Amino acid sequence: MFAKHVTATALALVIGGGAWAQEAIIVQSTTSTANSGLYDYLLPIFTDKTGITVNVVAVGTGQAIKNAENCDGDVLLVHAKASEEKFVADGFGTERTDLMYNDFVVVGPAADPAGVAGMTDVQGALAQIAERGALFASRGDDSGTHKKELQLWAESGVDPTSASGEWYRETGSGMGATLNTGIGMGAYVLTDRATWISFENKQDYTIAVQGDEDMFNQYGVIPINPAKCPSVNVDAAQSFADWLVSAEGQEVIAGFKVADQQLFFPNAPQN
Amino acid sequence: MQSISEAFGLALALVLSGDADLIEIVLLSLRVSLTATVVACLIGLPIGALVAIARFRGRNAVLIVMNALMGLPPVVVGLLVYLYLSRSGPLGFLGLLYTPTAMIIAQTILIAPIVAALSRQVLEDLHAEYADQFRSLCLTRVQTIQALLWDARYSLLTVGLAGFGRAVAEVGAVIIVGGNIDHLTRVMTTAIALETSKGDLALALALGIILLVIALCVNGAVQSVRMTAVKQAYV
Repeated sequence: MFAKHVTATALALVIGGGAWAQEAIIVQSTTSTANSGLYDYLLPIFTDKTGITVNVVAVGTGQAIKNAENCDGDVLLVHAKASEEKFVADGFGTERTDLMYNDFVVVGPAADPAGVAGMTDVQGALAQIAERGALFASRGDDSGTHKKELQLWAESGVDPTSASGEWYRETGSGMGATLNTGIGMGAYVLTDRATWISFENKQDYTIAVQGDEDMFNQYGVIPINPAKCPSVNVDAAQSFADWLVSAEGQEVIAGFKVADQQLFFPNAPQN
Repeated sequence: MQSISEAFGLALALVLSGDADLIEIVLLSLRVSLTATVVACLIGLPIGALVAIARFRGRNAVLIVMNALMGLPPVVVGLLVYLYLSRSGPLGFLGLLYTPTAMIIAQTILIAPIVAALSRQVLEDLHAEYADQFRSLCLTRVQTIQALLWDARYSLLTVGLAGFGRAVAEVGAVIIVGGNIDHLTRVMTTAIALETSKGDLALALALGIILLVIALCVNGAVQSVRMTAVKQAYV
């Protein structure tokens, strides 16, 4: 391994002669950005420009943060603002920046057993699902989406976990797996719109509840702090984070479309 | 059900088009799992052989542990290897997490017990047959092991294949220590898991079919080597 590094570095010095070195960083990321194809669209543009290879580990937000706290990454890109701010406050990240947003939606079967289709009040819809005992599939995995779901349940005054295993089914898996499971059993599922639009096993499912401003979904980007994690590739990590929030990066994010729909809306502060 | 017929067409189209990404993923799968199989054999066969011929106190306990370790859950192995190779773990300084090497390590740990336990049984049965002969020849322990391994080589090939089969089919360990990174650590099984999570069941199944065909080819190749060797032995 070491020998390989030395050879590679030597080669880079001989051949490169001043051109940018082959650098690589690891991004600990939420799944929606990977599953929707955003990275496949965005990373080649960044790599072409800078020569930095970006390797993405796509896991739930909870696990991504955990991995980043173990220093197994250079940049964190997730969607759970409170956890992200805690991550920075604890010294694991240098700075958190708003990157982009989209929204959550509740999807359900055409039969609509809880009669919530077309509702815009998400707390009301959840309360109605609970009241009628209609099946609801939860991520149950401490991901950003799961945290959001628990917050919405709390606001609706229902404690679904007391019905765990009955109408409230916690899959303990990723967004895609939970959608597959939920659709298989005819349950309602809370998902981010990006994953839903690019999801290919929709069967007779459609969006039942959307448009509530409480379903806002903010993504943030945080370079990992070299003071905590000396292994971090600081410059490359910073240039990736900087590029994402720059006017150019934001334009690229806005230009990413699936089925003619924009999946992520850039909102990094521009000065 | 529609997905199933669609998957066969898709699998064929993928193979015929020689999709570059697919080739990369297939080659990495083979590289990781074959390397793990070879390393697991280098570790497992001597252990299996030694336990097969040695008689010592607590041997039964060792046999039970060896056999039980065949059931190591891949996700637990992945987690253990992750904890060791993580930057915050004892071997973090090596920088091996999220590399094919980490995947090879995890799969080796997963299948070395299979190789050891199965070869132990094969060699012990063979040893029971030859024990008197070995004694009359006054063979040392090392010579006995060498003779047994050589004599049982065809059965041991099957043992190796059992290990390879487990390695190439598991997803739990490699997805944790490899991270399923595109163009770096994505293998067939993690790609299948990814496509399933995207809801593209037809593509996931098509990849599964291709993985099965690869396993068939590897087994076929080993079988033909074995038949050629047997034929030459009798000429």
